[in-house]
Amino acid sequence: MIGKPFVLLLAIALAAGSSSLLAQSLNSGLRGPTPLNEEGPAPPMTPMRNTSEKEVRNYPEQPPVIPHSVEGYQIDINGNKCLSCHARARTGESNAPMVSITHFMDRDGQFLSTVSPRRFFCTSCHVPQNVVKAPIANDFIDVDTLISRATPGGRR
Amino acid sequence: MSAVDPSTPRPSWLARLWNFIVELWGVLRRPSSVFGLGALVFAGFVAGVIFWGGFNTALEITNTEKFCTGCHEMKDNVFAELKSTAHFSNRSGVRASCPDCHVPHNWTDKIARKMQASKEVWGHLFGTIDTREKFKDHRLELALHEWARLKANDSLECRNCHSSESMDITKQSPRASVAHQRFLFTSEKTCIDCHKGIAHQLPDMKGVPGWQ
Ligand code: HEC
Ligand code: HEC
Ligand code: HEC
Ligand code: HEC
Ligand code: HEC
Ligand code: HEC
Repeated sequence: MIGKPFVLLLAIALAAGSSSLLAQSLNSGLRGPTPLNEEGPAPPMTPMRNTSEKEVRNYPEQPPVIPHSVEGYQIDINGNKCLSCHARARTGESNAPMVSITHFMDRDGQFLSTVSPRRFFCTSCHVPQNVVKAPIANDFIDVDTLISRATPGGRR
Repeated sequence: MSAVDPSTPRPSWLARLWNFIVELWGVLRRPSSVFGLGALVFAGFVAGVIFWGGFNTALEITNTEKFCTGCHEMKDNVFAELKSTAHFSNRSGVRASCPDCHVPHNWTDKIARKMQASKEVWGHLFGTIDTREKFKDHRLELALHEWARLKANDSLECRNCHSSESMDITKQSPRASVAHQRFLFTSEKTCIDCHKGIAHQLPDMKGVPGWQ
């Protein structure tokens, strides 16, 4: 038989343990110190980066991020603002890089004469960048660094 | 008028009207014996001011965002779309309203535009764009009119607020400063050539030069 004092002690210990758990703030980066069961204040919106400086891709297949603002750019059945600069025929005037040839391919690898419907909604792959301090650190290592690590005297 | 002789038949109303006009003309031709010339000129001046002012006031009333959005065709479509753009709310708090972009500030141009706009009342009465669907069907046509107008006047309305002379390209974004230096400052293109759809959503752009 378990004695009454033991049950009492256990209850106290449990209560103390759970309350300290509740009080504990999980600092998960994005949500900050706000307790899990509460909704924190929304962070202020920040302007889009608009410096036009090309950002190096992290791996060859990466859709390059957009180095300019796309505020209010319309992409729908009526028109595609991105293509008014990035379409082949428009690049002379806009100085923009042409959408790459992969964007003309359908899913069977056939080349179409215009941008393929599955590449029409540019911002489902290409994203603009906002001016913020990264809330969580990123320890991504690109493949060049990885290969270099394997060689003696390479990058660590 | 002389007293009516009961023996002669009553003249027809047409004849009486004619008599009245002849008599009035006689009075108007006679030099005034009561008022001096100066007083008359002054009275004419005052009347002129009142008429001119009233005319202009009527124009001013029809020149407000409130008036334009009084019609649901304008309110539910173009006005609703304007609200999310930089011309409705921005960091400097300066707002462009409908007439700023759609009615020339120059007076003669303004009258010309008003005459043209009478067809909108017609359109309203007959419901040419009274549903969102009908509006979308007509949208390209309406937009083409606006583009043609802005192209013809070298984007006068835009330039009423933005002037290329006072643009500081060093303060502009890289894409803007390159494009403006190359095409705007050389007068090769005008604002509306590059800035379509800045205030409302675009119509179906298939076939519009530069779009696909
Ligand atoms: C006014 C013309 C214009 C419009 C509209 C435009 N771009 Fe660009 N874009 C450029 C130019 C010019 C560059 C080259 C870098 C720079 O000057 O910003 C560029 C660069 C890019 C790049 C980087 C390419 C690379 O290799 O790094 C991407 C991705 C891109 N744009 C995507 C888009 C998307 C998506 C849209 C529509 C939401 C869009 N752009 C609309 C002109 C434009
Ligand atoms: C399904 C995802 C996807 C969509 C949708 C998409 N892209 Fe891309 N884009 C990519 C990828 C992946 C790359 C890099 C590899 C490549 O070139 O195919 C790329 C490359 C680019 C480049 C760089 C080309 C170069 O040579 O530097 C531009 C510019 C670009 N895209 C613009 C656009 C525009 C504009 C649209 C909309 C019409 C669009 N993309 C739609 C995935 C996409
Ligand atoms: C009586 C209701 C009404 C009012 C008030 C009104 N509109 Fe319209 N507007 C319409 C209708 C209906 C049309 C479509 C006419 C047509 O079918 O051609 C239209 C068309 C337009 C067009 C397209 C013109 C074109 O050439 O095709 C513009 C621009 C416009 N309105 C701006 C304005 C502005 C600016 C104001 C305020 C000064 C205003 N509207 C007030 C009903 C109205
Ligand atoms: C009533 C004055 C006024 C008129 C008329 C006007 N604008 Fe503007 N425009 C502004 C203001 C104010 C801003 C916002 C400035 C800021 O960001 O603080 C602006 C911003 C812009 C921007 C930048 C938009 C962005 O997203 O940052 C463009 C492009 C532009 N205007 C083009 C035009 C064109 C084209 C016309 C003619 C059809 C026009 N404007 C007519 C006042 C005006
Ligand atoms: C050759 C095309 C072209 C012409 C003509 C042109 N612009 Fe622009 N403008 C651009 C581009 C490209 C941008 C940057 C991309 C964007 O805002 O979408 C820009 C940006 C702007 C901006 C925002 C400034 C910034 O720093 O981004 C304003 C305001 C503006 N234009 C006003 C005007 C006005 C007003 C006129 C006519 C007097 C005009 N533009 C004529 C291409 C043009
Ligand atoms: C910053 C300038 C600007 C302001 C402010 C503005 N418009 Fe426009 N509007 C345009 C331009 C430019 C077009 C030509 C089509 C385009 O490029 O989107 C247009 C087109 C239209 C059209 C034709 C249909 C269409 O969408 O193409 C109507 C109707 C119209 N405007 C009404 C209004 C009314 C009503 C308001 C006020 C609530 C207003 N506009 C405010 C610039 C402006």
